[in-house]
Amino acid sequence: MSFFDGLRFRRVSSPVHNLDPRIKFVYACVIFVVAILFWELLPLIVLFVMQIPFVIVARVKREWARSMRGATFLASIIFFINFIFSFISSGYVVTLSALEHALSMTLRFVVLVESFSIFFLTTSPDHLGLALEQSHVPYEFCFAFTTAVRFVPVLAEEAQTIIDAQKARGLELEKGNFLKRVRNYIPILIPLIVSAIRRSLELAEAMESRAWGAVKKRTNLYVLKLRRGDYIFILLTIGILAAAILVRLYLRIPRLEEILTGLA
Amino acid sequence: MIEVQDVYFKYPSGVEALKGVSLKIQDGEFVAVMGENGAGKTTLVKHFNGLLKPTAGKVLVDGVETTKVSVATLARKVGFVFQNPDHQLFSETVEEEIAFALKNFGFSQDVIEKRVTWALNLLGLTQYRKTSPFMLSGGERKRVALASVLAWDPKILILDEPTIGQDYQQKEKLRQFILQLKAQGKTVVIVTHDVEFVAECNPRVVLMRGGKIVADGEARKILTDPEILEQASIVPPQIAQIFINLADLGFPKDVIDVYGAREILLKAFRRRKT
Repeated sequence: MSFFDGLRFRRVSSPVHNLDPRIKFVYACVIFVVAILFWELLPLIVLFVMQIPFVIVARVKREWARSMRGATFLASIIFFINFIFSFISSGYVVTLSALEHALSMTLRFVVLVESFSIFFLTTSPDHLGLALEQSHVPYEFCFAFTTAVRFVPVLAEEAQTIIDAQKARGLELEKGNFLKRVRNYIPILIPLIVSAIRRSLELAEAMESRAWGAVKKRTNLYVLKLRRGDYIFILLTIGILAAAILVRLYLRIPRLEEILTGLA
Repeated sequence: MIEVQDVYFKYPSGVEALKGVSLKIQDGEFVAVMGENGAGKTTLVKHFNGLLKPTAGKVLVDGVETTKVSVATLARKVGFVFQNPDHQLFSETVEEEIAFALKNFGFSQDVIEKRVTWALNLLGLTQYRKTSPFMLSGGERKRVALASVLAWDPKILILDEPTIGQDYQQKEKLRQFILQLKAQGKTVVIVTHDVEFVAECNPRVVLMRGGKIVADGEARKILTDPEILEQASIVPPQIAQIFINLADLGFPKDVIDVYGAREILLKAFRRRKT
């Protein structure tokens, strides 16, 4: 559940929270693209460190740290797989470049999680829906999306209750070999899925009884408007993208071995 | 016996749900934990089978600290029926649903068979033996959940909101059933908002408010004390309300159940007639 906590929104007011969600989404996507542009360690480290000021300004350090911790499991899998493959392809010797490659692939993933975690931690689900709607996405899709986002914490809580209920009936999740452990999750998944379906049917009925979709043209109470901060931020984002492309095309990025030998 | 010694509990979210709770429940007692929403009732009873471990203080079940053993071990002794049966039903048939816990506790096949038949019979579910639990009505699903816990015959039984969504007849059956368990020497703890149900059963009442126990005693005493009830946002049972208002006619105040009230009123009317 700790991974979901990292994606859970808490209403705080900060310069980052007040930015337009569309711009923040563009920013997260740009960081994603830039992370894919590089496979060297150095720029990825820069990319990782660069985002920490946002976390501090947004005052979501604790939640952010939790989502990063949640990502460690996948990150270590990525590291090992990459390392083993380059270990095999380089003829069963541990080279520094193999290590660098595995580290960069891992860091690339971490940067991705980092930027999207910042996005979700500082953007309320309502804003997200609003942003989609005002980007001319059909309302049905926006609604489905915001509902899905909003139900993540509800579902996480429900999963915990179900785990408790089954534990109280003597279920031991951590018992047995790998296959048995996977099977242990059946008594948890079935009630969870059944109640999610039941809940969605109830939601549909409740919505229809409140005249959902009665008016074709919808108006909004809040209208998203770009402010000065948003313009500065989008310029910054474009700057990052441009700089990254320039560096990629015209600069040679030192490899880890070169840095180390240069230092020595 | 359950002993709760000065227990504090804080959820990871930072909410402090229990603030120094001490309580002793003897074997064979029937206890109703009552109080407003968010008073910490469910949090407290989840400590009884180790689902939650105290942040500070101790919970002992038959002298064993709950932090020292697994939930599965404690569950053998302490049966816990959750409020919403949909949080635990997953099997293809009612029979398998009831057998699930028995398999977890490692009973042998023929014992499982016997226990399942016994539990189905006890709760009037025999005709649904091969039915999917998802096809049953809300009240029936609740009974399947209860049967699935009773099947392993735990010494202590905890029922979270057992009367929700049950009609009068089912509630009456449940009441008879709890009294029967009590007669067998089992400890029964219920968490409930249902004042009328508690009034009819007359158990020991533990009243909670804001993570603390504010009153503990016989239902007859607590459910007729307007001041205490006010504190815990509970309305006295209807019979009690009548008798509180009739106090100036010389009627006793501590009447909560219909039968007691009938006796007193009949006696009074007969006296006037003669």
